[in-house]
Amino acid sequence: MINWFSLHLRAFALALRRLVAQPLGTLLSALVVGIALSLPAAGYLLLDNVASLARGVSGTPEISVFMAQDASATDIDSIEKRLRADGELAGYRHVPKDEALRQLEHSGLGDVLGGLTSNPLPDAFIVTPGSDDPAAYERLHARFAAWPGVAHVQLDSAWVKRLHALLGLGQSAVLLFAGLLGFALVIVTFNTIRLQILTQRHEIDVSRLLGATDPFIRRPFYWFGTLQGLLGGGVALATVWATVQALRGPVASLAETYGAVFTLSGPGLHESAAILGFAASLGWLGSAISVRRHLAERLT
Amino acid sequence: MIVFEEVVKRYPGGYTALAGVSFEIPAGELTVLSGHSGAGKSTLLKLIAAIERPTSGTVRISGQDVSGLRRRAIPYLRRNLGLVLQESRLLYDRNVFDNVMLPLVITGHPPRDAAKRVAAALDRVGLAGREREMPAGLSGGEQQRVAIARAIVNRPSILIADEPTAHLDTAYAAEIATLFKSFNAAGVTVLVSTHDDRLFARHQPRRIVLGKGLLIEAAA
Repeated sequence: MINWFSLHLRAFALALRRLVAQPLGTLLSALVVGIALSLPAAGYLLLDNVASLARGVSGTPEISVFMAQDASATDIDSIEKRLRADGELAGYRHVPKDEALRQLEHSGLGDVLGGLTSNPLPDAFIVTPGSDDPAAYERLHARFAAWPGVAHVQLDSAWVKRLHALLGLGQSAVLLFAGLLGFALVIVTFNTIRLQILTQRHEIDVSRLLGATDPFIRRPFYWFGTLQGLLGGGVALATVWATVQALRGPVASLAETYGAVFTLSGPGLHESAAILGFAASLGWLGSAISVRRHLAERLT
Repeated sequence: MIVFEEVVKRYPGGYTALAGVSFEIPAGELTVLSGHSGAGKSTLLKLIAAIERPTSGTVRISGQDVSGLRRRAIPYLRRNLGLVLQESRLLYDRNVFDNVMLPLVITGHPPRDAAKRVAAALDRVGLAGREREMPAGLSGGEQQRVAIARAIVNRPSILIADEPTAHLDTAYAAEIATLFKSFNAAGVTVLVSTHDDRLFARHQPRRIVLGKGLLIEAAA
């Protein structure tokens, strides 16, 4: 086990030395990998921010259940009991017709309402569904509308559907993008390792004559690819972080014009670890394919 | 012990390098393999190191049949052989110490013990104190000595050398021959190919002579 660890340590050190020995090549590869990865990473963060912005601006979608004008207190109690017993709801709030009228008066329509002889508004319940699944909204809408004493159920689910569709589309696009650019990263690493193998051909041959096993020869190349991927991941993180810093002020100003307080958030600990892990894994994959392809004929 | 039984090696294209060669080299012998260019000397040594596989016949090293050895087992065979090739095949971007150290790195030797072994091997070939020098700054004979130090650093039981004196002048070549004799005196089985067997004559080696892929002479 100690020997295995020390062999890996040696391979890691060798790979690091090879990276440092070619600073320009290392920098260029890291930039190519980093810029390629920063695009899907930025896309993911953009989606995340849009989703939280939508939640912040619109709040949790609600369903308004309006009672009939002639609904009795018993009817209202009955509806309240049904809502209390409904397992699909996160909560509800009863807005009596008098309170609704007061709210309307406070909203600046006092003069208009002053001419009325009676309160034209019905009792209402503002219901918060337990799930933000558009299908659940439709189900609740149909159920409430069938209850006795309910005159109208207002559900603005169209925007929820649209938002979900857009976010879904965005996620698919980001995944597709990440897949394509990840493939590019694998190709970049594949080619770098191919060149490394050509450069190290003499050392590989000599090592084999001296009794080096296949894993001994392959290990430094695996580490090289992984480190190159990791460096690229670091560049991607730095690019995304710098972009977020640059856009944070303008985005906050834009949100303010809509009366919202919004701060563009950058990659957190989990996102950073995921980007670095993804980059390192792709680097390893590229090197593994390249080693398998180009070292096979030398391993006889 | 090295045993060849009716070994045939035919390369793709039809060229026959060895055409049914049989001999035995007992452990602890100094053997000189001679013959003209193209006689099959290098092929024979490559078969021992499993660099090539025989077309037919059997090659045994210390009782182990290496003709059909699994690829994964070949490195472990080579770790017990010291190989010196015609060209020194040193790594020119590493110093003398790192070149000689390489077999010990491959076998995962503890660094402190490995450093001692490297110093001892370099001392043995007369290059003590030259550890930090780069191979390019050494003469041809010194480079070959570094290659020999690298071959013996793992303390192999068999040392194989393919024309190690080919590019050296007579004085250097004689020194190298004496060096091989000293390893043999320490109990190592030494098999050296050369097309000038006079170099080893005074050490009274066992002789194997090849000609056009056939065994012409095998004498103690």
